[in-house]
Amino acid sequence: MSEKHKIEAGHAVGQPVTLRELESHVKGQTVYYEDVKVPRMLHLKVHRSSVAHARILDIDTSRAEQSDGVVSVLTYRDVPATKVWTHFEAVGIAPGAEPILALDKVRWKGEPIVAVVAESLKQAEDGAAKVKVTYEKLASVFDVDAALAPGAPNLFDCWPDNHYLFPDDHAAAQIRFGDAEKAFAEADHIVEHVYNTRPIEQAPIETAGCVAVPGSDGRFTLYTNSQSLSNTRNNAAEIAGISPARLHLIGGTAGGGFGGKVDMAIEPMALLAAMKSKRPVKYRFTREDEMTVSSTRAAWRVSIKDGVMQDGRIVARYVTTHQDVGAYLRNSIYGAFKHASHMPGPYTVPNVSADVFCVFTNRTPSAAMRGFGVMPASFAIEMQMDRIAKALRMDPWQLRLKNAFRNGDMKAHRREVWDAALVETIQATARLSGKDLPEDYKQMSSQKRLGS
Amino acid sequence: MAKKRGTGMAAVSYPIGMHLGGDPTGALVHATSGGNFVVAMSSVDLGQGLKTVMAQIAAEALGVPLDTVIIDTGDTDTGPHCSGTGASRTTHRAGNAVIAAAKEARSAMLDVAAEMLEVSAADLETDGKGNIHVAGVEEKSVSVAETVQAGTFQFGKTIAGRGLFLVPKSPQDPETGESDPHSTQAHACTVAEVEVDTESGEVEVLSLKSAYEIGRQINPELVKGQIVGGAWMAIGHTLCETTAPYYPTTEHAPLDFLNYGMTGVAEMPEVECELLEFPSPSGPFGAKGVGEMVANSPIPAIVNAINNALDLDISDIPVTPEVILRALDAQAAGAD
Repeated sequence: MSEKHKIEAGHAVGQPVTLRELESHVKGQTVYYEDVKVPRMLHLKVHRSSVAHARILDIDTSRAEQSDGVVSVLTYRDVPATKVWTHFEAVGIAPGAEPILALDKVRWKGEPIVAVVAESLKQAEDGAAKVKVTYEKLASVFDVDAALAPGAPNLFDCWPDNHYLFPDDHAAAQIRFGDAEKAFAEADHIVEHVYNTRPIEQAPIETAGCVAVPGSDGRFTLYTNSQSLSNTRNNAAEIAGISPARLHLIGGTAGGGFGGKVDMAIEPMALLAAMKSKRPVKYRFTREDEMTVSSTRAAWRVSIKDGVMQDGRIVARYVTTHQDVGAYLRNSIYGAFKHASHMPGPYTVPNVSADVFCVFTNRTPSAAMRGFGVMPASFAIEMQMDRIAKALRMDPWQLRLKNAFRNGDMKAHRREVWDAALVETIQATARLSGKDLPEDYKQMSSQKRLGS
Repeated sequence: MAKKRGTGMAAVSYPIGMHLGGDPTGALVHATSGGNFVVAMSSVDLGQGLKTVMAQIAAEALGVPLDTVIIDTGDTDTGPHCSGTGASRTTHRAGNAVIAAAKEARSAMLDVAAEMLEVSAADLETDGKGNIHVAGVEEKSVSVAETVQAGTFQFGKTIAGRGLFLVPKSPQDPETGESDPHSTQAHACTVAEVEVDTESGEVEVLSLKSAYEIGRQINPELVKGQIVGGAWMAIGHTLCETTAPYYPTTEHAPLDFLNYGMTGVAEMPEVECELLEFPSPSGPFGAKGVGEMVANSPIPAIVNAINNALDLDISDIPVTPEVILRALDAQAAGAD
């Protein structure tokens, strides 16, 4: 390692200390939420939509209620306060539109309709299987282009064009910086292409789950593997129509998350069931639930058009991105804003325009996953950089070093770069992999732009 | 059958913390009469090592031995607010909160030690081994354990501290996108070397060589763990993982790990990395974050390497054997 880029360790910071729970993790002795044993615990199974898009004509729970071991059955009527997921509404960026339990319509195959609570998981599953929902099927749409086409099946009255409306009724999260159109006209080359990612499951080894326990003091203790205890507490309380002061969340040790445990899918349902049943209730996603009904990473389609000069300078970048958010918004606009702000990537481009759409389809809703919004941006940009290098017959390393942002450069979101280190990182990777760079590229620095 | 090799590279930056801020995290530190320092939080350790890293930060800021620091996290009654483990934020946000709490507790501890030694607290230093001494006069010292006992039983003073770190929320202009989205950025560059079997379409990642710049490393071993784990996840994203193999149709959706392709241990290449440390002024001891970015740069690097090996133009992930074989068929048809 180059010594000038390494800081001396303190007595604790900078030391290669062994993971504190290493031994208990390896030996299976770490205590997770499921290891907490509470007496008289019930189990919850959700009856889910069997169709992708339909009006609900009738929900018949009578046979489920009579089923062996069933203690309580919850429908939308049992959701006392906010009947929709609140998610990031609490921080002011998303209107709630997703029912906790479906009322009059389902928008994806797997949407929760009825929760059945029973003495055993098997009895809950048997009871849930006896729920009968009568549907009037509606045309469904799974493709972003088809969803945006005129006359497409519409998911939400409030979003008639099947895409979310950003503040000031913008169709997309926007970046407008410089004059991309003018720069395109003056560029030596135009390089454009479309890059796609597919839905992915976060796949933590420990599936999402919670045990909600009513206390004698009117409070509820929720043992959970949520990635975000405070926010989960506040959201669960809002959905249940009680003060967050009445909730006590205990967790802090989870078997992976990767964004798959920031949804509010589990805790509010377990809490509502415990409130109705007046007994502890466990609700846990099976692996199949994780694969089919938990939020995925969205499919992202990123179209990039670049104006490039013969010497490799990128003078304009226009990005149009479609995030297939699935049937409900969840926290997708957070990802859209983050994706937009990340453009044009770690490069200095003086003219940038970006439009990031959140498009509704009848798929399993998507939400956060490791690198939310940024990973598809990085993927598309770095594929595009190689495409530009090929078009210009230029070394892809030199292309990146030439365009890499330097301290003092202006980003497209109109803040100066002050902590750049991309140049040095590329140079170090070149040394590590045996790539020989020309002397002037070895001398480049994030502190200043040579020859300009 | 032919096996073809190629190399590809990619460079990325990664923004640290919740986009546009507004994501507070708190920590409370107190000394117990048993001789430990407890850091109360409600942050979540997903396996990445949050408890270990927070203990290191607390020990450094308090100036006490690492094994006397207890991280008591994951309880919304006893721990202050945390906006969650996500957005590569906990080392940065929670770390800053822990430093603030530890500084206040250290100040209270040094005040007691100053009374015991009859000197000014400003003249005191800690050795990180459990002792407090007068700067330049090491023999004039008192142990941390004695100081905590004296604080409790002799001076009636609580040795404790509070910390809450908040990056204020900033809005994003709906028209221009003008905003102050992040607290600091980390950087990475990866070179991937692959070998593609043109008969089966299978890709073997032979090596991943990366440089990372993540500010100061709080724990180099755990950073390496994130880098190797992130590379592993990235290989899966690149070559096999999806819940919709025939997107946009919903057919053949996997229901379990048997049918959801994930990279196994045997398919993991050697992951080499070099760490550069450019301390971030906004980070705890200069740290940035490493949680998410490690699964970013390997993805385009591997696809660029596949394209380099086969002279193809694949631009979608995952690049499954079926995708490669179909692309090779199209390439052959085009050459006819």
